[in-house]
Amino acid sequence: MATPVIELVDVHKHFGSNHVLRGINATIAKGEVVCIIGPSGSGKSTILRCINGLEAYDGGVVRVDGVLVDRTAPTIASIRTHVSMVFQRFNLFPHRTALENVIEGPVFVKREPRDIAEVRGRELLARVGLADKADARPAQLSGGQMQRVAIARALAMQPDAILFDEPTSALDPELVGEVLSVMRTLAEEGMTMAVVTHEMGFAKEVADRVLFIDGGVIVEQGPAQQLLTEPTHPRTQDFLRRVLRPI
Amino acid sequence: MFWTESVLFLPILLEGLRLTVIVTIGSMLLSTVLGLVWALMRVSGIKWLALFATGLVNLIRGIPIIVQLFYIYFVLPELGITLSAVQAAIIGLGIAYSAYQSENFRAGIEAIDHGQIEAAQSLGMGWLMMMRRVILPQAVKIVLPPYGNTMIMMLKDSSQASTITVAELALKGQMLASSTFKYSTVFTLVALLYLVMSVPLILLVGWLERRAKK
Repeated sequence: MATPVIELVDVHKHFGSNHVLRGINATIAKGEVVCIIGPSGSGKSTILRCINGLEAYDGGVVRVDGVLVDRTAPTIASIRTHVSMVFQRFNLFPHRTALENVIEGPVFVKREPRDIAEVRGRELLARVGLADKADARPAQLSGGQMQRVAIARALAMQPDAILFDEPTSALDPELVGEVLSVMRTLAEEGMTMAVVTHEMGFAKEVADRVLFIDGGVIVEQGPAQQLLTEPTHPRTQDFLRRVLRPI
Repeated sequence: MFWTESVLFLPILLEGLRLTVIVTIGSMLLSTVLGLVWALMRVSGIKWLALFATGLVNLIRGIPIIVQLFYIYFVLPELGITLSAVQAAIIGLGIAYSAYQSENFRAGIEAIDHGQIEAAQSLGMGWLMMMRRVILPQAVKIVLPPYGNTMIMMLKDSSQASTITVAELALKGQMLASSTFKYSTVFTLVALLYLVMSVPLILLVGWLERRAKK
């Protein structure tokens, strides 16, 4: 079997006395789309943040392309160029235009020639439907547009995988669709994706696999269709009932 | 009366003004560089560097500027370091003000949204590149208005260099007044000259503040 792009073995994480990850085991293979669902505070985002070393974990092993993730080791910068991240609050650089945001990593981290990076940057902006916004500053864009620029910025690194941390949670409801449709296209093109989300419809349609996390453990995992329509664990059933029928 | 005296006195006072400008610009540059170094040490995340910078900033802040000037000009020669009065004034005021600059810079850096740091890190940026490309360009906007105020204060505090024999504007005025007894003319002129130098700075601060709000 080929090396999984992302591999977590018995990962533990504490925030002070709060034991947020209690032994997470998961692998994400090349081309796979995995959605991570669960109640707030369950540790979903923390899992993503341990994968690219934004957060240190204090037990177990995380590997990306077979390389151990250690945020204090020199390898961390290279790991981060292999797994890009898309944030809930976009985190675009407000002092730079959309195009400058997209080429920042390629030009300054990967040292690609600026003209080549710009050509590709414009292509990526066109791919997320924002060819005409290359020179706009983030403040001039809507939330959905900002998140699409952020996705283009992630793609510009030519990553092996992209981590999405609740990419639509900060958006007005009518802007969610445009972001999800870009993500759907990426999935169809074979991008490896780990997506923390509350969009059950997206998970059901796009994900290969869904992990349900609660209390820092993977309570249940399986093919998206099966887990979301016929969950076996009572906690998954309870969670999905609440999410799908909120009132 | 005032005008005829002014024509006589101005050339003498302008000699002092030249030193005021030299001391102000020199100490401004030094305090900016040192202040940035202390601020970066404090936000470096390296404990002993941060502690050292914090201690240093508090030491500098806790001692009057005039005492620091005396130390550099009168005490350092005993240790074999002899500086001209102007050099001592620039270094003394530069170090003294670096403490305030560093607090201003640090506040600006710490005001940047943590998401910016995470975005920079997730692109694979190291600490220095993140500072240079992401944090500092945004912090500048926050830091500039108070920086302009510091410039105005430093212009006026350059008169403290007179205590270590730098014949800048204030000292020149004092010497001129006590030799001619034309106190009102001389000190009115001195005050006006400081004001003339301050006004462009005040306008600059106002402009920066309006720009920062955009």
